[in-house]
Amino acid sequence: MSKEKFDYFIKGEKGKYEVVIGLEVHAQVSSKSKLFSGSSTKFGADPNNQVSLIDSAFPGMLPVINEECVKQAVRTGLGLNAKINNYSVFDRKNYFYADLPQGYQISQYKNPIVGEGKVLLDMPYGSKEIGIERLHLEQDAGKSIHDMDPSNTYVDLNRSGIALMEIVSKPDLRSPDEVNAYIKKLRSIMRYLGTCDGNMQEGSLRADVNVSVRKEGDKNFGTRCEIKNVNSIKFMQMAIEYEATRQVELIENGKEIDQETRLFDTKKNETRSMRSKEDAHDYRYFPDPDLLPLKLEQKLIDDLKISLPELPDKKKERFIKEYGLNAYEANILVSEKEISDYYEEVAKLSDKKLAATWMMGDLFAMLNDKGLDISKSPISAKNFAELVQSIKTGEISGRIAKEVFEIMVESGDNPKKIIESKGMKQQSDPKELEKMINEILSKNKDKVDQYKAGKEKLFGFFVGQVMKLSGGKANPQLTNEILKKLLKG
Amino acid sequence: MADITNQSLNEIIENVKTKKISSRELTKAYIKNIENAKKLNAFVTTTFDQALENAKQFDNKPNFDQLLPGIPLAVKDLFCTENTKTTAGSNILNNFIPSYESTVTKNLWGNGSFLLGKLNCDEFAMGSSNETSHYGNVINPVGDQLVPGGSSGGSSSALAADLTPATIGTDTGGSIRQPASFTGTVGLKPTYGLCSRWGIVAFASSLDQAGPMTKTIKDCAIMLESMSGFDEKDSTSINKKKEQYSKNLKDNIKGLKIGIPKEYRVDNMPKEIDELWEKGKNILKDLGAQLIDISLPHTKYALPTYYIVAPAEASSNLARYDGVRYGYRSKQGKDLIEMYEKTRSEGFGDEVKRRILIGTYVLSSGYYDAYYLKAQKVRQLIKKDFDDSFKKIDAILTPSTPSSAFKIGEKTNDPVSMYLNDIFTVPVNLAGLPALSLPAGVDKKGYPLGLQLIGKALDEQKILNIGYAFEKNCGFKNEIKKWWS
Repeated sequence: MSKEKFDYFIKGEKGKYEVVIGLEVHAQVSSKSKLFSGSSTKFGADPNNQVSLIDSAFPGMLPVINEECVKQAVRTGLGLNAKINNYSVFDRKNYFYADLPQGYQISQYKNPIVGEGKVLLDMPYGSKEIGIERLHLEQDAGKSIHDMDPSNTYVDLNRSGIALMEIVSKPDLRSPDEVNAYIKKLRSIMRYLGTCDGNMQEGSLRADVNVSVRKEGDKNFGTRCEIKNVNSIKFMQMAIEYEATRQVELIENGKEIDQETRLFDTKKNETRSMRSKEDAHDYRYFPDPDLLPLKLEQKLIDDLKISLPELPDKKKERFIKEYGLNAYEANILVSEKEISDYYEEVAKLSDKKLAATWMMGDLFAMLNDKGLDISKSPISAKNFAELVQSIKTGEISGRIAKEVFEIMVESGDNPKKIIESKGMKQQSDPKELEKMINEILSKNKDKVDQYKAGKEKLFGFFVGQVMKLSGGKANPQLTNEILKKLLKG
Repeated sequence: MADITNQSLNEIIENVKTKKISSRELTKAYIKNIENAKKLNAFVTTTFDQALENAKQFDNKPNFDQLLPGIPLAVKDLFCTENTKTTAGSNILNNFIPSYESTVTKNLWGNGSFLLGKLNCDEFAMGSSNETSHYGNVINPVGDQLVPGGSSGGSSSALAADLTPATIGTDTGGSIRQPASFTGTVGLKPTYGLCSRWGIVAFASSLDQAGPMTKTIKDCAIMLESMSGFDEKDSTSINKKKEQYSKNLKDNIKGLKIGIPKEYRVDNMPKEIDELWEKGKNILKDLGAQLIDISLPHTKYALPTYYIVAPAEASSNLARYDGVRYGYRSKQGKDLIEMYEKTRSEGFGDEVKRRILIGTYVLSSGYYDAYYLKAQKVRQLIKKDFDDSFKKIDAILTPSTPSSAFKIGEKTNDPVSMYLNDIFTVPVNLAGLPALSLPAGVDKKGYPLGLQLIGKALDEQKILNIGYAFEKNCGFKNEIKKWWS
């Protein structure tokens, strides 16, 4: 694969600008109950049906840490190759809002549970390492609903108190494409770990995006703006593009960039100022006196480390080594745990390389077309492997295989059964083929003479005739061989 | 029988067990006292009907093996009680009826007792005289114009006036011990984490601790045993085996080493406090204890440290009272922010507002390091002073308060002089230690004075034992005339 060169710059009148991006990703922890209460975290319940006295901050209620959430954060930290802190502290972040019942969010400020780590991205211009600054645990807030009533705001506290992991990257990202790759990689790692389902539609994964620009080659960072709570990769990319361009225009016009928090308006495709640095909240962080500092035994961390599943980077290496895939193929096949599981099941029963080609081609195209996850594929891995094997052994040709594939998608049937019942088996008997070819050659004597006189292009014509006569079932390789032999004679 | 309500809890329990009195008769006697003592304003809410019903149930099916068989108890209105209004002395909770029961009161009911009513207290337990309650002053039965101390002022008043056989309070900076001292009763602040904070309206989470208020040390041991215990719902609760404080009560304190900290002899301390302290030392010495001079050098920073840490935590703990989900909500206000502002302006009293402001200030960015962080460091030093001293002594003896009960209104316009009342009690909260206030004498006006015994963490039994021996030899008798009825 040829390596491209990194080329994402905002072009101004006075030169090229590099875009510097850092992300604060909020990932909902996969857990049955909330971070500090026993309420369910299931998505889609009726409003205020998953709210305990703790989540709604009744007098005298106290938080108790959910150990499973702590373990999930540690697993995620380990998956990000990060330092796990044996000592971390929960702090209160104080501010008033109707969907924040306690009047503070319990978060981690100075002492997060996970410290520095890194994530590896595969970009067309090579692999790139993105630094992780930290990961901390915090409570989600509830939801204010402003459009149910003209004069009142309704509050749904189902989400109040659900555990989030805030994963803060270093300002190492340089383009919307890198942001796309980073989010997908994070999502992939967490889904492999089972620590976050990564469902962006349900709000399980959201991000605040920090953007600044600087002249190409500059060492110092420019003033950054934070774009709050963007909930899809596409919107993040659009927001970055808009924001970077806005900042370049300001600089070129000799204006200052204000450090501020901005909102992305998805309808108008623009970012708007939400509050300036001067208006920034003073959150009055202090350690939550209702909770003791979180002390993790090294053994717990070690045990979690041992029980981690194989992660995408490792699996990719193995796929290259074990299955003879190239980096590009391996990368795609490990991107989702379910895809890699499917592939491995297919590869066990069929030709590994051919399986990869067919999965990435026809199978993915079909899934994409139908908007299905691989877990919902109408073709089971076992049937798919049989199809691949039928191609490999020459039982059917690639062209016929496509037909079989279509029938499999519709019926979910076993390919052998389809081939059998529809008589789609490839004609690979040399005697039968020879008979058929001789028939064609004798019918087209003029063309045979022309071929022999040097018009070699006609070879294709003969192949076509064989296919036509055999109903597409003639083994192409054998056909070629026999044709060549007979035409020579 | 003669008036049973002036007996100790332990005597009453004996009378119930030997069937000299039924739970219902006992409950009726207290109800009569309470109805005659409206002047004291000790109660915010009474639950007489429910109490009589509970008493009847007990009498029908008595279980005399319980620690508190058929005993009616009034409790501070800071404990959330299921289906009974809980106000925390505040207007902002004037309509709040919890759907849950605090762990501590649940423990009490589980040992055979039941609720008689909810006792007045300073608003959100912020005060030293019970004058900050939205529900009015409480009068000290010791004298018509006297404060009962605070914040557990309704508790101390009701106990001393025989309106409840024993009670419970909460102590964040002295709120059990100071009112006990002002009313000639016993008050214990247990080790931080011994009693669950679950279901207690929070003031300052790292300092708050519930404890018993009783007429005698034996009663105190019974109550502590009944109310304490590990609670997995409180992350700061201590997981340890339950102790039998009353059964293990001993009055032999021979050879125990009692520390006398020189820093507790403060400037301008009334002579009679000094004399009381001397008297206490002599009693313990006569009982065979050894007095040892000790130094707790950071004591002088305790009060300022406390008045940073406690308001800081309070400012955050009280943020939940916003009118959105429960409690008082102002009818004014065009939008969310205005609704908050009006609700909290109308819902909170001056002292609470003062502390929210102080707390907000000391946590603000730019001030955090200078105030809150520094206060936390000093807090560690204060704790270390105690830890160091306790390597060579068993307990510490100090006065409970720098004065006897003062007059209503005397200090309301001078918050700092009010705060000075806590000078001997706050170091113990900052260090998380147990401390007992014992009635030890009276001043020249005849008002009760208390002495404080401070123990090592989880050494409640030892200070109760010392208190028990002290009580038997002190000769203090609370002479309260029932002038109000």
